[in-house]
Amino acid sequence: MNLAVRDIRHNAGRFIFTTLGIGLLLMVVLGMSGIYRGLIYEATLLVDRIGADLWIVQGGTRGPFAEMSRVSASLEDRARAVPGVASARRFVSHTIQREHRGKPLRIVVEGLSWPEDRGAWIPLIAGRGIERAHFEMIADASLGMTLGERIELGKDVYEVVGLTRGLVGSSGDGLAFFTVSDAMAIQFDVPGETVRLEREARRERVAASDLGRMQPEFIERAAGLSSGIPAFAKPQVSSVLVTLSPGADMDAVRTTFGNWPDITVYSTQQQKDLLLSGMVDKAKRQLGLFRVLLILISTIIIALIIYTLTLDKVRDIALLKLIGARNGVIIGLILQQALLMGAVGYLIAWGLGRFAFPRFPRLVIIEVADLVSLAVIVAGISTAASVLGIWKAMRVEPNTVLAA
Amino acid sequence: MSTPAVEVQNLRKVYGSGHTEVVAVRDASLSIARGEVVGMLGPSGSGKSTILTAMALINLPTSGRITIDGTPVLDGPKALVDLRAFRRRHLGFVFQKANLIPFLTALENVQIALEVNDTRPRQAKRRAMELLDYLDVGPRAHNLPVALSGGEQQRVAVARALANKPGLILADEPTAALDSQRGRQVMELFGKVAREQNAGVIVVTHDHRTLDVFDRILEMEDGGLIERPTSQTQSKP
Repeated sequence: MNLAVRDIRHNAGRFIFTTLGIGLLLMVVLGMSGIYRGLIYEATLLVDRIGADLWIVQGGTRGPFAEMSRVSASLEDRARAVPGVASARRFVSHTIQREHRGKPLRIVVEGLSWPEDRGAWIPLIAGRGIERAHFEMIADASLGMTLGERIELGKDVYEVVGLTRGLVGSSGDGLAFFTVSDAMAIQFDVPGETVRLEREARRERVAASDLGRMQPEFIERAAGLSSGIPAFAKPQVSSVLVTLSPGADMDAVRTTFGNWPDITVYSTQQQKDLLLSGMVDKAKRQLGLFRVLLILISTIIIALIIYTLTLDKVRDIALLKLIGARNGVIIGLILQQALLMGAVGYLIAWGLGRFAFPRFPRLVIIEVADLVSLAVIVAGISTAASVLGIWKAMRVEPNTVLAA
Repeated sequence: MSTPAVEVQNLRKVYGSGHTEVVAVRDASLSIARGEVVGMLGPSGSGKSTILTAMALINLPTSGRITIDGTPVLDGPKALVDLRAFRRRHLGFVFQKANLIPFLTALENVQIALEVNDTRPRQAKRRAMELLDYLDVGPRAHNLPVALSGGEQQRVAVARALANKPGLILADEPTAALDSQRGRQVMELFGKVAREQNAGVIVVTHDHRTLDVFDRILEMEDGGLIERPTSQTQSKP
């Protein structure tokens, strides 16, 4: 006869509410690991998908995903000349925040080195790649844009020609792909008045200098377009992506790039490691601490409930001892209740998680290993939680049953 | 002569020590045969329950010997056998309150006593049902204790006490919570059980209206036991 099940059936209401609470807590524990896995997936998604062998970034920096990186656009041509390099392309990455349908919208702007890179590697769920040099974009569905929608960014209007799903940056914001020149236009867009004021200031600075006084045509040039002045040339790109020729020796190519003092080169794996050891590592520790706290809270709740249930059964336990029940029967009663509580809580966590996690704003990835490790944790905390109740039960004297 | 259900020799129980010492029982001796129903009377605090709990092996005496079914089980506070295992096999208990486990049905309350004594569940269930039928509570077998009347609960408690065919049944004021009619029924039940199950029964009671059901009456006085004549012995010429 299973006493644990019969007692639970007798106290069904208390058991249901307690396990529901434990289930919700365990769901959050499960969600924490899922959020962490989601963070890693999202953070490394672009690096994985973009298909580069080497990332050339500004010398001494950690690349565009970790910090500001600026390299000359001409670096693309220098890289192509290195033996073993099959192709090199410019890459721009930055995040902007704009209003869209009355709500703030954060977009990770990625610049593709058009026409070499038309985004053929981007997994589209609708539409096509970028076929024109300007004013076309591919947007992730998480940005809420529709195919054919026209979006005003800076002074230009861009048409959504392709849609992706699940392509987000390390911050969880949706990616949008443009040509490199469009991406830079969006990044460095400034109001017209700012441009006029800067031109005027520039003109006055040159006019006040010896150079301006001796060569007046410089004053005229300083008041012209910024792009026409070498010192104010177009901003540089974030990095240059290198694809190696089949059979090329990566170490040899890296050694060559390593001799260039203006840049730093990373392999794709290094670029991912830099991403993970930075922002994601802190998130991992934070989520890990939350997990530990929640597991502790779950343990305490189960322990208190089991202890309370044991207190309620002191007379029954005394009676069982009086009629000669072995300690194993009594320990089994308490331990099985704790394990049942944990097991049902676990199933609730799993079931609720399947329903809730897909509705979370950030990607939550639950792997079998997470489910197995949580099951082991739940078994462990249920057993630990029953210790207090068992301790109490073992101290009950059989003559307690005689007390009025 | 058959082995007594229980034999108590020179039982003494002292609580506390020094100036707080209280002698609850002093050199009490008794012997109860199988098939015999013995009543134990005495005012509150006279030591009745102390003797009963000592015989129940849950309150160890300071000195004296207790032998149950021919097996010496206690020599003073020293246990001579595994007391819990011995209780399981040889003793049955009935209390003032039925003390049924509230989350088990009447049938399961009897069945559990058999299962803790290693009876297979199916066999335990059959035996439990037989006992409930024997005590006229079979139709209520699948009810929880809360749905049973006080008398029915006490009958289930008696069935539980009989489950493992004990040689000795210890009852502590089993009719105190019942009205006189139901109290008498339970007392008569003990007589029936003692005769038909060949068990020794000792009943601690305050209820003087049911003394006629006892074969013998023992009275506690100042921590000692004296035998009192029953109505049967008084009526003898």
